[in-house]
Amino acid sequence: MKFGKKTLWVMLVLLLVFALALAACGGKGEEAAPSGESSSTAETGGGTESGGATESGTESGAAEAKEVVLTIGFTESQTGKYNVSSGRQVKGLKLWLKHINEAGGIKLSDGTVVKFETVSYDDESSKDRVQELYTRLATEDDADFLISPYSSGLTAAAAVIAEQYGKVMITTGAASDSIYKQGYTQVFQIYTPASRYLTGAVDILQKVDPNLKKIAFVYEDSKFATSVVTAAKEYAESKGYEVVLFEGYAPDTTDFGPFINKIVGKGAEAILGGGHFQDGSTFARQLHEEGVPVKFVALLVAPPEPDFAELGDAAVGIVGPSQWEPQAQYTPEAANELGIEWFGPTSKEFVDAYVAEYGEEPSYHSAGGYAAGLILEKAIRAADSTDPAKVKDALDAMDVLIFFGRIKFETAPEAHGLQIGHEMVYVQWQKDDQGNLKKEVVWPEAGATAELLYPKP
Amino acid sequence: MALDWTTVLSFLIDGLMLGFVFGVAAMGLTLIWGVMDVINLAHGPLIALAMFGVYLIMNFLGLSNPYPALLLTTLLALPVGMGIYYLAVHRVIDAPHLSSLLATYSVNMMLMGVMNAVFGGAPRNIDFSLGSITLFGNIVIPTARLVAALAAILIAAALYFFLYRTRVGRYIRAVTDNRDAAELVGVPSTTILALSFGLGVLLAAFAGGLIATIFPFTIFDGGRYELKSFVIGVLGGLGNPIGSLFGGLILGVIEGLVPMFLETSWTPVIEFGLFVFILLVRPTGLFGGKS
Repeated sequence: MKFGKKTLWVMLVLLLVFALALAACGGKGEEAAPSGESSSTAETGGGTESGGATESGTESGAAEAKEVVLTIGFTESQTGKYNVSSGRQVKGLKLWLKHINEAGGIKLSDGTVVKFETVSYDDESSKDRVQELYTRLATEDDADFLISPYSSGLTAAAAVIAEQYGKVMITTGAASDSIYKQGYTQVFQIYTPASRYLTGAVDILQKVDPNLKKIAFVYEDSKFATSVVTAAKEYAESKGYEVVLFEGYAPDTTDFGPFINKIVGKGAEAILGGGHFQDGSTFARQLHEEGVPVKFVALLVAPPEPDFAELGDAAVGIVGPSQWEPQAQYTPEAANELGIEWFGPTSKEFVDAYVAEYGEEPSYHSAGGYAAGLILEKAIRAADSTDPAKVKDALDAMDVLIFFGRIKFETAPEAHGLQIGHEMVYVQWQKDDQGNLKKEVVWPEAGATAELLYPKP
Repeated sequence: MALDWTTVLSFLIDGLMLGFVFGVAAMGLTLIWGVMDVINLAHGPLIALAMFGVYLIMNFLGLSNPYPALLLTTLLALPVGMGIYYLAVHRVIDAPHLSSLLATYSVNMMLMGVMNAVFGGAPRNIDFSLGSITLFGNIVIPTARLVAALAAILIAAALYFFLYRTRVGRYIRAVTDNRDAAELVGVPSTTILALSFGLGVLLAAFAGGLIATIFPFTIFDGGRYELKSFVIGVLGGLGNPIGSLFGGLILGVIEGLVPMFLETSWTPVIEFGLFVFILLVRPTGLFGGKS
């Protein structure tokens, strides 16, 4: 088709005008969802819809009982490789939200009632999406407080944004120490840091088999796993172990054959490492398939997940560090003995509520999600205010025992926000008398529910 | 590391077994390239699609082992491949190479988009085990991998038989040599081209299905094997399907032995180094073929 020059110019101008008009309309529009599948969900106990800007401070009715609705922003990995663990973390957080809103919110001393709502999106397990979405949460959605996504990698990306916009962010599901060495002041860690994840596994080895000398570290080349094994390697070497292999694998690795061959070739007696759920499970499965003759295997993240039982026989004997287990012995009495305050439900109360709500057992990711909400609640109560600066001060001063364990944050500037009160427990999958797979706590011995199965069958 | 022969053999055998499977995947790519001068950039997603195909058929039919599902997926791949040929490739078959590249690439994008929407990025796993076999006392081979390697060899042999011992195979070779001349002597070249494309996709699907019986997979894994297919294709000679099988073995040996001496992450570096080297020094591939 041939157009005259004049016609072309007219068409071009019309097109430009049309485009400008579209842009003007689109900009004002609600819920222009970011490209891809992100769903914005808002839970409310106190009634306001989420979407554009939400002010924290909606007046309601009587002059004395002021109601404030705080917006909590976070992302969930509904798709992508973190979806299992992230899903559990968010379930835990939402359970806390349900409890607090059902209880009528937090009542401050001046009579203000604080209720909560959330705004969240699907980060697709992607760092780029986390950056976009947390910026959106901090700016357009006006979140008052932020909860991190799941995983150290994604949380590191979110922490930058939180700090940039001065939003207090409680991180859960993120253990990497490096996030807290960046000089941030607004970011607070619930989980035991990575540097203390596998050191306990070395302690177990020392106790159960002093003759074992050769350890292989095979780990996911991610922020989290790398910081765990680096600290564990130092610790192991300081205790006299020989590290025969220390090698990382790409996060999307599915073929552990070369690593298994190396492990066997170097005569390793124990394997420490792994990364997240998918690669850890695949690694465990292939270790079993290839009949690798090691006596002790401790993997990150995967073993404590109830889904790990799907491996069947491949799961037996595998040890994993856990941030929390349902059998954990944190109680108000223990708090008394430590001389600190107790807050929130007991482990049993949490587990029962979780099972009633979701019909499944909670993993430590679920517990971490609930703990994040609980600590935020405690901080607001302690600060007796919703002012983020006062809440931050309350977090700095916190030293409390909750069902998840002891929570205390480092306040020194070089590691501000690092969790210094909480410790790991170690679980191992064992078969009970009926041949069913069961997850037992094997360390520390004080809290153990069963003896360590050693060597690994 | 103990360099005794059982250790070396372990590494080697692992690499070789996978090499056969990668070789079959590459055969799919090089067959199409050889017959019609088209580089099938949809090769990767088709492999991934086959992986999901096996997974879904298994679940849908409630099968306890994946091999019937694999057979079904492979059979379905033939009409799918022929369909892609008629829809996307036939019109641009005589156009400059860029057109056919774009055509297959757009099929790639469409497949990836649909798979992402339907399956998402989460990994899947086919849950079955055939146990393992122990050789020489301490070399353990998971039986599923052995089965995959044997299946790969079988289908390569079948392809060879088909190409060199049947009439249709002869037609394919005729069209490869000279399409116009073949048409002149009465070979239905369009049908043959479609069949060849379908065969290429069938081979890719078979390889993908075999890989799914061994490793967990996501929709993005096809890309990884597509890359290997290119390397193997160049090693063995683009357009030479049998050369591809040997190319696959060479790659398998590299993947098996490199981790013995270096960190495993060096393997792709060595592979692609070799790829570039062969392209520079002997672009027709080690076993000859079209350049």
